[in-house]
Amino acid sequence: MTSAFLSRRTILKGLGSAGCSAAAWPFMSGITMASAPWDARLVVIVLRGAVDGLDVVRPVGDPAFAGLRSGFGNGVHDLDGFFALNAGLSQLMPLWDAGELAFAHAVSTPYRNERSHFDGQNMLEAGMGPGSAPGERRDGWLNRLLQASPGIHMETGFAIGRGDLRILAGDAPVANWSPDSRLSLGSAAEQLLVRMYRSDPLFRDAAAEALVLSRDTEGLQSASARTPGRPERAIAEFAASRMRGATRIASFSLSGWDTHRAQAREMPGLLGRLSDTILTLQRGLGPVWSETAILAVTEFGRTVRQNGSQGTDHGTGGVMLMAGGAVRGGVVYTDWPGLSEENLLDRRDLMPTADVRGYAGAVMQGLFGLEQSMIERHVFPGLDLAGLPEVVR
Amino acid sequence: MTDTAGIRFAYGFGPAHPPVPVRRLLNDLKKPDDMVSRFPVMTTSQALREGQAFRKAGKAAQAGDAAAQARYETLRMSLRNAVTSGLRSSVARMLDTQAPLRERLVWFWADHFTAAPDNLVLRAGAVSYVDEAIRPYVTGYFADMLKAVVRQPAMLSYLDQAVSFGPASPLAARTGRGLNENFARELLELHTMGAGSGYTQQDVRAAAELLTGLTVNPKTGFVFRPAGAQPGAETVLGRSYGSDKRARPGDIDAFLDDLAARPETARHIARKLAVHFVADTPPGSLVADLAESYSASGGNLMAVTRTLAEHPQTASAPLRKVRQPLEFIVSALRAFGLTGAQISTLPARDMRRMLVRPLAQMGQPFMRPPGPDGWPEAPSHWITPQGLAARISWSRALTGRLEDSVSDPRQFLEQVLPGIAGPDLRFAVPAAETRAEGITMVLVSSEFNRR
Repeated sequence: MTSAFLSRRTILKGLGSAGCSAAAWPFMSGITMASAPWDARLVVIVLRGAVDGLDVVRPVGDPAFAGLRSGFGNGVHDLDGFFALNAGLSQLMPLWDAGELAFAHAVSTPYRNERSHFDGQNMLEAGMGPGSAPGERRDGWLNRLLQASPGIHMETGFAIGRGDLRILAGDAPVANWSPDSRLSLGSAAEQLLVRMYRSDPLFRDAAAEALVLSRDTEGLQSASARTPGRPERAIAEFAASRMRGATRIASFSLSGWDTHRAQAREMPGLLGRLSDTILTLQRGLGPVWSETAILAVTEFGRTVRQNGSQGTDHGTGGVMLMAGGAVRGGVVYTDWPGLSEENLLDRRDLMPTADVRGYAGAVMQGLFGLEQSMIERHVFPGLDLAGLPEVVR
Repeated sequence: MTDTAGIRFAYGFGPAHPPVPVRRLLNDLKKPDDMVSRFPVMTTSQALREGQAFRKAGKAAQAGDAAAQARYETLRMSLRNAVTSGLRSSVARMLDTQAPLRERLVWFWADHFTAAPDNLVLRAGAVSYVDEAIRPYVTGYFADMLKAVVRQPAMLSYLDQAVSFGPASPLAARTGRGLNENFARELLELHTMGAGSGYTQQDVRAAAELLTGLTVNPKTGFVFRPAGAQPGAETVLGRSYGSDKRARPGDIDAFLDDLAARPETARHIARKLAVHFVADTPPGSLVADLAESYSASGGNLMAVTRTLAEHPQTASAPLRKVRQPLEFIVSALRAFGLTGAQISTLPARDMRRMLVRPLAQMGQPFMRPPGPDGWPEAPSHWITPQGLAARISWSRALTGRLEDSVSDPRQFLEQVLPGIAGPDLRFAVPAAETRAEGITMVLVSSEFNRR
């Protein structure tokens, strides 16, 4: 048994002796023969818990707004005279000024009425149209994009973190890893492991991917270990490092947005995590930032009126964030419905005037140079992309 | 041939747990269950009491009372720690029980009736919910479990029944609140009949109206409030429940009894049991026999469990499911011969390092399933690169602490996987460079992780 560093080649050889060809091993071939279908990068951050879009990007120019919320603090930066940015995202103002940050407001998925996080996130990640039942499709729209793209390999799409990320799940192969994952065995033990697992494909494939990724990310682990209590920073660093390599689409979650109570106290921390994530991505992506788009999406918005406990309840219309060097920023894209009671959905929610999927589709179309019909047919079946603004440079 | 019933239906083998026939596992269920008294957890009513004091202290602290601030922090820690204590007791019970199949059934049914409220107080009572509404009924009647579940603050709060009121009820008129269909829908879809089994949106709506009145008093827990109930009778699935008289919980129980007796429910439950214990795509005749056993016994879960355990298609099915992380951890601890008493005295820091964090890293944070449909069943959900890496790292760390209790890794292998280890595992264990690595190979092997 050699004590030499176990290289990828050794793993391949070990697998080869088990009668497994590189062709039957998309991940390994992907690593060794990395050729991406696109140059541009897309990061999709799923903000779980339902972000209060009206608090993040405040329609201060709407005459009804001031009367709806009194306890949420006043710290804002003016964006365009009508909308103002919650001061919790102050650190992102330089991006706004550079035209690399945009928002789409009064948007939602087609999910209506029930306002359940569980179903709402299912709809968001499955990317299905109006009238489809949550859970009707098990695969996510980012995976369907990969399914319909030639030349993808195991690391083209990368799901980061430990929770389920349905948005990337499906028949197309994607890599899965979490920056705090570790696998430190001696190299001899690793070889035994490979031999032991060779007759059980589930364990064999998971272990092979884990062995490669844990080694590739060793340096990162020590870097992220320096910022304890900031798991999202470690995730963003990890995402950036993969995207400097073969990865073109990365996705992960930030949760905790379900602000039913004491929202003014909760928001600065949540927004701080979000802006930290985006700026860590920007730093880590370096030269490829200019061809990157980051989308931050959530399952639905929150009630227009604050509730009895200084928070907000589940609503419908909300905001999505777009950032990156590839984004046509400095704009709040919206067909503003207004906040007077007759303009609200069910007299309680911001009326959605655009579909989150439309903006996501427009970003992918511009970013990857895709045919509109490909997105309308495969990624978001039944969606009409016509008439959307060009949100990518 | 080793009898693998103890792998499929319990937590595997160890020094104190040799292979036993399935008959023995079933007979053990007749023994009295003293696990709750031996390894207690914070009860729901204790949690509610602490929660009340916690909220009171929080208000006083906001008003500037420094002593209240200290009280608030103490109570917050106490409620937080209750979740870890719940895990501690749950693991201790799994290790020490004389009837391991009962623990497996308890957690199967707890998952079937997933209630994971994201609320400090109810989370503190999370295991107590299982103790009160699930555990007493796993060898009793499904209908009784169902009726116990709908009286639990954890479930009523988790699926929003606590805030659902009849649109025409006096309480709705006064508060402006109304109906919430969440629980009614999950009751039909997840808990009883199953998705796509024939109920309509109208049935969901009528069931939701019928269920109104079931709610939670934050101080005392479950309460039936007739003032919040929708007046009049409701017709669900072609039958009428209630009347124009004052609403009674008995009307709801009649509905639940009928739901439990339906053939769709029998089939739904039969399939779930077979998927959990036998195979992701279980033989159709096994599912049919389980459903038949359920219906013939009036929903007696002991009868159904017996049919499942003694079925020839169960015995002949290969062990292809994967131990979920909590089962995996308990099986490993059992393989080393650890006892409940040893887990009970584990310092909090070790609890976090050896149990709380690793469970999350393996993808199963304690009592935090991803949704009301509970933990996924598919082996591919658990054996991901990061999930398997977490199992391997944890096994290596555990082995480092416990290797002295094992004299020879080969003996360990024979004790834990007698006649089950494949040739590659039998090669790997003695080929490992150190004793600790040899033991680790046993724990991380696919043979040990499958059941």
